[in-house]
Amino acid sequence: MAAITTAPGDDHADDADPEASYLETTHSIFGKTKGVLGWLGTLDHKRIGVMYLVVVLSAFFVAGMLAMLIRVELFTPGRTIMDAKTYNQIFTLHGVMMVFLVIIPSVPAALGNFVLPIMLGARDVAFPKLNLASFYIYVLGALFAVYSMISGSVDTGWTFYTPYSTTTGTAVIAMTLGAFVMGFSSILTGVNFLVTIHKMRAPGQGWNRLPLFVWGMYATAIMQILATPVLAITLLLLILERVLDIGIFDPHKGGDPVLFQHFFWFYSHPAVYIMIVPGMAIVNELIATFSHRAVMGYKAIAMSSLALALLGFLVWGHHMFTSGQSEYANTVFSALTFLVAIPSGVKVFNWVGTLYKSSVSFASPMLYAFAFIFQFTIGGLTGLFLATLAVDIHLHDTYFVVAHFHYVMVGGTIFGFIGGLHYWWPKMTGKLYDERTAKIAFWLAFVGYNVTFLSQFVMGSRGMPRRYYDYLPQFQIFHQVSSIGSWVLGIGLLLMAGMFIKSLRSGKKSPRNPWNSAGYEWQTPTPPPLANFVSQPTFNRGPYDYHLATDEELADD
Amino acid sequence: MTIHFTPAPASFDLPPAISPEASDADWLYNFLYWFSMIFWAALTFAMLYWAFKYKRGKSDKRIPTGHYPRLEAAWTILPVFFIIWLFHVGFAAYIKTAIPQDNALEIRVRGQKWFWTFTYPNGTSVNSDLYLPVGKPVKFVISASDVLHSFYIPGARIKKDAVPGMYTGMVFTPTELGDTPVYCAEYCGAPDTSAPPLHSDTGWTAPLGGHSGMMAMIHVVSLEEYEKHTVITRPEGISEVQWGEKLYKENACMTCHTVDGSKGTGPTWKGMFGQLAALNPDLSGGMASMMVDENYVRESILKPNAKVVMGFAPVMPPYTLSDKQIDAIIEYQKTLK
Repeated sequence: MAAITTAPGDDHADDADPEASYLETTHSIFGKTKGVLGWLGTLDHKRIGVMYLVVVLSAFFVAGMLAMLIRVELFTPGRTIMDAKTYNQIFTLHGVMMVFLVIIPSVPAALGNFVLPIMLGARDVAFPKLNLASFYIYVLGALFAVYSMISGSVDTGWTFYTPYSTTTGTAVIAMTLGAFVMGFSSILTGVNFLVTIHKMRAPGQGWNRLPLFVWGMYATAIMQILATPVLAITLLLLILERVLDIGIFDPHKGGDPVLFQHFFWFYSHPAVYIMIVPGMAIVNELIATFSHRAVMGYKAIAMSSLALALLGFLVWGHHMFTSGQSEYANTVFSALTFLVAIPSGVKVFNWVGTLYKSSVSFASPMLYAFAFIFQFTIGGLTGLFLATLAVDIHLHDTYFVVAHFHYVMVGGTIFGFIGGLHYWWPKMTGKLYDERTAKIAFWLAFVGYNVTFLSQFVMGSRGMPRRYYDYLPQFQIFHQVSSIGSWVLGIGLLLMAGMFIKSLRSGKKSPRNPWNSAGYEWQTPTPPPLANFVSQPTFNRGPYDYHLATDEELADD
Repeated sequence: MTIHFTPAPASFDLPPAISPEASDADWLYNFLYWFSMIFWAALTFAMLYWAFKYKRGKSDKRIPTGHYPRLEAAWTILPVFFIIWLFHVGFAAYIKTAIPQDNALEIRVRGQKWFWTFTYPNGTSVNSDLYLPVGKPVKFVISASDVLHSFYIPGARIKKDAVPGMYTGMVFTPTELGDTPVYCAEYCGAPDTSAPPLHSDTGWTAPLGGHSGMMAMIHVVSLEEYEKHTVITRPEGISEVQWGEKLYKENACMTCHTVDGSKGTGPTWKGMFGQLAALNPDLSGGMASMMVDENYVRESILKPNAKVVMGFAPVMPPYTLSDKQIDAIIEYQKTLK
């Protein structure tokens, strides 16, 4: 290894073999390093990341199945398989689970936990015990959500708008408590990453040598720390309103229902960027590795993540153009919202520009990066429709909005997350998956996904409102196309799940660097040892300096 | 005299437009549509073209990425001018739907679970079918009785939330004769029982299920016909009992009150009239029972929560019906033995 040298004398604390993989040995609060307790009590960021991944993927499976039920119900007008109340509960659960249990923790808490310290050349995150605590807080919040499902369920939509949410007779308190608790998990992960990035970079790693994934995590952490407390306060006020009847959102007591929307979106708009920025962060890594060069405009991309983090706090009112807020407020929020187009555009232009004169590999993770750019561009351009006041007034709360945010959240973040999962799967498990199956699953998911949501744009602009149990006959053809697309997407994702399970059981052993990447995380054994590197690394080149990386570093040995 | 350009008929993306304000929004929508299509196609083409052209073969060149400061500056700064322009035209078209003209017809709109009530300037209230005179500017004053709703007219490309405790407003000028649907665009729940859908004598039936069934129809008609519809009298050719039954359906009474004795959100009307009803004393000023007579029915329509029947929640919103309409409903109730 020419570019990455090792510094001697940093092998304190461990009596264990420094080359043993993290799957074989661990630090644990129970003192045990083997078996189930070695996982449940682990302080190793890699094992915590894997545990997050297991819970996130389980929740993704459940929330995805709920989406399938929604699409079956909507296949025909009138009652298909369930009544209206059940339908309302199912789309609410789908939304709450996808946002709070799946998308928000998917990239930072699951994949980020695993790779971020390795990318920094650190042994672990700054606060390993806090990291484990944040995992259990997340699980506790998830249990509240599960409890609310079995104790009567919630039918408010994931937005919990008042006064509906303060008057409906369902398990709103348990569900909001769940989201409240999960918020703390998100804040703690953010704090941990921020400190880790500032204080624990390896020798030689200046801010200009930070992998772009880490820059994305940095911007995300800032948003998590600043925005999530507002959600906590809002949900607490909602609980107080229900339990003590304080009347802050109740017009009969002098309260204001629209105030809730301001509070809610002050968190939930930054939350949109908490979800998309990590997806973009992964795409940077995929593009660099599979085109064998640095992503064009490194600084522009890093700064555009921070710009999105900042703008995210200034545009919440664009969710409320029809809410009854003043025309002046609408004007200001419309203008500010357009600014989001600039950093988003900068990223997309740079990604495409990177390919020029590069060396492109069409491995399965790269297919997800292409799909991300394709779909995020649609999500971003339809965002222009929604920022334009006169057009938004027509499209607001229709299927157009549903399609738009699915293009960003699923076509963007989830595709990015799945791409990252393919990319780091060998690193995490030490096993290869079947590339041919991966490509078939990708094409099913890609085609199914786009059929599902492109038809929803047309429905929406034709005037089909969202959260409708039943619809007029004129919308039936679009609903049917959408439902068929969703089943193709579902089959693709199940095939992918089967492929990963097969890889765990009988996958071939992965070489150190199966993708020939120059990224720091691939310059250590696969799967990584407990301390991430066999000895303290020094970074003498940037993570994307393919022209400086040696053939030995890039070899898939 | 304003010159309106003719609103567009239905296209693949958009429903037929009924007002000049809609034409402004449609122009912007179509502009954005073609801009997005071209932009997206060009970007996808560039991505795929370079990806295949520079596909990694046996040789792996690994040429360092260049620096293009001018290009970077151009694609950061030039779009700023575009979005400023876009903001401006979007705002200019929007503000037209927010500022009423002096001679606008003022229609009050009230949303409640799960139907719309419209009140004409002469005080007449109707549900579900709103008649508007062609060519006359309309100003809606919108409110809600229970939870949030949203008054959405796709044909006019406008919507506004109905919020309890405040008035919201929007304006438009219907210039095309014909019918255009109104939907609720803000989620507002569903009834406990599977109630039948709203059905109007003008020939439309709403979808099922509370929020999704909260539909109304705007009929843009000539001024003479509009005036006919704003005065409420028993329609020709039907008896008072039949009118009562019609009102029962049109006003969504049937969403909560059955006429066959089965349980709903409210008490069934079957066998109700002329009998003693057991009241919930806590919600009825201490009274434990009450004879269901003309006075009780009248009070229960105008002030529903003054006396509440035992076993039911005080959830019915107040109705503004005329005396003649209430009489007809009472006559209908008398027939439900």
